[in-house]
Parts: sequence; C-alpha cells; structure tokens
Amino acid sequence: MKRFARQAIFYGVLIAVWVLLAELKVWPPYVFPTPQGVFQALWAGFADHSFWIAIAVSMKRMLLGYTLSVILGMILGLGVASNKFLEETVGGLLVSLQSLPSICWLPLAVLWFGLSEKAILFVVVMGSLLSVTIAMETGRQQMPKIYGMAGRNLGARGFPLFWHVLLPASLPYIVSGLKQGWAFAWRSLISGEMIFVSLGLGQLLMMGRDLNDMSQVIAVMILIVAIGYIVDGLVFKTIERRIQRKWGLAPA
Amino acid sequence: MTTNLAAQPSFSPDHRGTSRVGRTKNAGLSVLPIRSAEVNSIPKMALEGISLSYNTNDGSKLLALDDIQLEVKAGEFLCIVGPSGCGKSTLLHLIAGLQKATSGHVRMDGKVVDSPGTDRILIFQELGLFPWLTVGENVEFGMKMKGVAKSERQEKTQHYLRLVHLSQFKDSYTHQLSGGMRQRVALARALATEPDVLLMDEPFAALDAQTRDLLHDELERIWAETGRTIIFVTHNVREAVRLGDRVALFTFRPGRIKREFSIDLPRPRHLEDVTVAKNAREILDELREEINKSLEEQYGYEAIR
Repeated sequence: MKRFARQAIFYGVLIAVWVLLAELKVWPPYVFPTPQGVFQALWAGFADHSFWIAIAVSMKRMLLGYTLSVILGMILGLGVASNKFLEETVGGLLVSLQSLPSICWLPLAVLWFGLSEKAILFVVVMGSLLSVTIAMETGRQQMPKIYGMAGRNLGARGFPLFWHVLLPASLPYIVSGLKQGWAFAWRSLISGEMIFVSLGLGQLLMMGRDLNDMSQVIAVMILIVAIGYIVDGLVFKTIERRIQRKWGLAPA
Repeated sequence: MTTNLAAQPSFSPDHRGTSRVGRTKNAGLSVLPIRSAEVNSIPKMALEGISLSYNTNDGSKLLALDDIQLEVKAGEFLCIVGPSGCGKSTLLHLIAGLQKATSGHVRMDGKVVDSPGTDRILIFQELGLFPWLTVGENVEFGMKMKGVAKSERQEKTQHYLRLVHLSQFKDSYTHQLSGGMRQRVALARALATEPDVLLMDEPFAALDAQTRDLLHDELERIWAETGRTIIFVTHNVREAVRLGDRVALFTFRPGRIKREFSIDLPRPRHLEDVTVAKNAREILDELREEINKSLEEQYGYEAIR
C-alpha cells in the first residue's frame, strides 16, 4: 500500500507539472498538448471506435505473429540446442542477427510480400523469433539433465519425451525469453505499422502527426504503453509466478 | 527369531565369479512371504566384460570401469559398495541403457540390452521426480509412456502409493514433501512400471538416520512382496550388509570387482545387529584400502598443484 501511495504521488506530481507547463503556454498546443486535450483525444478515440478498431487490428497481428514465432522459435531453438553443428553455425548467426532492429526487415518484406498483411507479419515474426529461439536454446541447456534421463529411463522417447518431459522441464527457463519475445514483437509491430500504413495503433500515431494533432499522438502512445504493460506486467508475470510456484522454484 | 539372530552367521567371502546365496537356509526368511526363488540356468542379469573409458580434457584416456563380470539371479538383492569415484553409479547408468559401455554387454534373461527399457528402472541419486506433476502423476508417468489404459493406471497408482504409504499425498507436488517422502515417491514411480530389475543409486544417502532405517525396513518388505531383483549401489557398507544377499566390493579407479561377499544372515536384519556390524567390519577393512587409494590420489594431486 505504501508503494502504491508513493506511485500515486509521483504520477500526481507529474501531471501537475504537465498542467502547469501547458497553462504557461510556453509552446503552442500543437507542440505541447494539455492533459485535458489528451484525455479528450482518448475519450473521442474510444467513442468513435477508431481506437477499438486499431487495438483489435494490432492485437490480431500480434497474436498471429507471436504464435508463429513461438512455434518456429521452439523448433529452431531445440534444433540448435540438440545439435553441435547447428549450435556452432546457426546459433552464432542468430546471436549476431539479434543486433539487427527488426524494422530493418521491412524493406525486404515489402519487396517480397508487397504492401500486405504478410509483410507486417514477417516483421513481427522477425522481431520476436530470435529471442524465442535463443530462450529455447538456453532453456534446454540450463534445464537439469536429470529430467531427460529420468524420462528416458521411464520409457519416454521421441515426441512424448519432448512434450511430457523436456518442454515442461525447460518452461521455467524459457518463460522470460517468451516474455522478451512478446515485447520485441510489440515494438516491431508498432514501428512497422507506423511506416506501412494500414490500420493499427502505429498508423493512428502517424495520423496524429499528419493532422498536427499532438493530443492524439500522446493518447495513442499512452495506449501502446498501457497495452504493453498489461500484457507484460500482468499476463506474463502471472504465468511466470504460477510456473515457479508449481515447479517448486518459489515459495508457495 | 531372536535365536536366529544370535546363531552363528555363515559368512563366506568368495572371490570373483559366481557365488551361491543360501537364502533358503535362513529361518529368518520365514517371516517374509516366500518369493519366486526358482533356480534358473540363465541369470536375470549378466554383465559381461563391461569396460568404459572416457577421453579427458588433456587428450588421455581415463578407464572408469574395467572388465566388470557380474551375474544377478532373479529375485536377488545385490549391493555394490566402493569408494566414491569408483564408477558404481556409472555402472547403473550403463545397465539402465542411459549410457553406452566402451566394450562388453549387459544381458537380461540372456538377451543383450543397450537402450533404456522399462524392464530395468533406475532410481537416481537425485531422484529426478518431475516437479510439474503431482505425486500421483509422477507414479503414473511410466505406465502412461507404456500406453497402459487410464483406469488401470489409476488403479496401479493407488496400489503403489499405498505400498509406500503415500495414498493421501496423491495430489501433492513433490516439493511439498520431505526427503523421505520424495524417496518413497521415486520408489513407487519405479515400481509402477513393474520392472524386473530395480536399480538404486545411493537412494538413502541424503536422508537422516531415522528415515533411512524406516526406508530400509520398507524396501526389504517391498522387495519381499514384489519379488523384484534389486541392484543397490551405496558407499555405506553397513547399509549394504543390512540389505543385500550379496555384496560386491569395487576398487577405486578403474572400477573393478575386488571381491564378492555372500551375506547369509537371517532377515529381517537391522543396522545395529551385531552380526551385521561384524560382517560390515570385514568388508570395510578391504574397502579402506581403496578409500586410501582414492584419498592419496586426491591429496597427491592437490600437493602437485
């Protein structure tokens, strides 16, 4: 509760400073919007459904892209973790590719897929695939070897061994990577949408710029942060905590 | 019973090769249900010239196991003792098919086995219970992998949990249990796949003395009730004498069978029995030589550094 009070005071002061600066009218409102203006933009956006539509479109792209990169990343990560040759070759390539901002894939994606949903999906997948792959790989390596041995000892092999033993055993080690993958995918999606105009939150952001509507820009930014926080801080943290408790890695 | 314990124990250390176990001579057995002790010409398990060498980091070869010859009869309780680092745990991994020998064969009922199979279940020193599954699901796991029908699985899970006195913990997670209870779960999980041979790797080493005593009694009871063949690895000689029909003593690096001892003491035995202590003494004297060798190597190495 004390923590909550401190946070409330912090944000209260932040908004008060904002109001003060806006009231002093140092900058024109299209450069520095008032909190009221941002709130109105938020309200209007939800009232005319444009925000809802943008959220729905962006989330659909996210879910599709993220699911794809989790599946691909798991296969790739397992391959890299279980094969020395792949680890030395593909593994190294993956790590070096991680320094490439995923938006750099957009020109390539547009050339390959045209200005289509596929192009944006490609950017999202490229944004999170690498962190999922690397998480899966390190998860497999950090996972205590005893579980794999115990599984084989009890007659599990092939896919059942992976599904019933190796995957659950490595889950506590890969969940943070999955979370990171989601965050990267989210960033990639928004940047992709900003450049390549077709609905979504990123496009809404650029529309605000085009209309010189700074209030809308800030309103959409708040939305992006809020959604990121809800998924990251609430959904993933809950999953993480639940896994740790069930796996006996954290006090119940 | 008590007169039996006081009776002169026939303690016959014999050298490498087959040794006869005169368990039927012991009146102490009569308190336990008679188990299938039919004399078979083919041993339940035979290790034929098992050797294992590793490549070390500096490129040289390290011989871990050297020409192990061992036969185990159906229903026999064999204990393997040796100093730490003698390769006795490795040998169990080899028998379980989790590791490959450099040379030699493991035969079960005359057939060569070289991959994991549910006819031989190893209870690991670290147990390897699955923390994401409940106690019941852990016990069920091997049967599920074997494709046993669900109703039968549940029935057997109940049965084996009852056998180790853990029925009311079926829905608990393993990290909610004490060390001794986890040990029982591992035992139930291994038994539930109904293996012919149970391989146990220092299962009670990490337990307190009271829990260990209790589990000794229970293991002996379960062994008698189920008629399983058990190969039990330990560094504790008393434990080996307490439990085994026969004790095989391993040398320190490379692991070789130094000597085999038949333990013809009546059952049930207790760790503090004078006869157990006396037999243990004799084995311990031989083991000490090997322990000294291992210490020499350890401290000698440190001195060089």
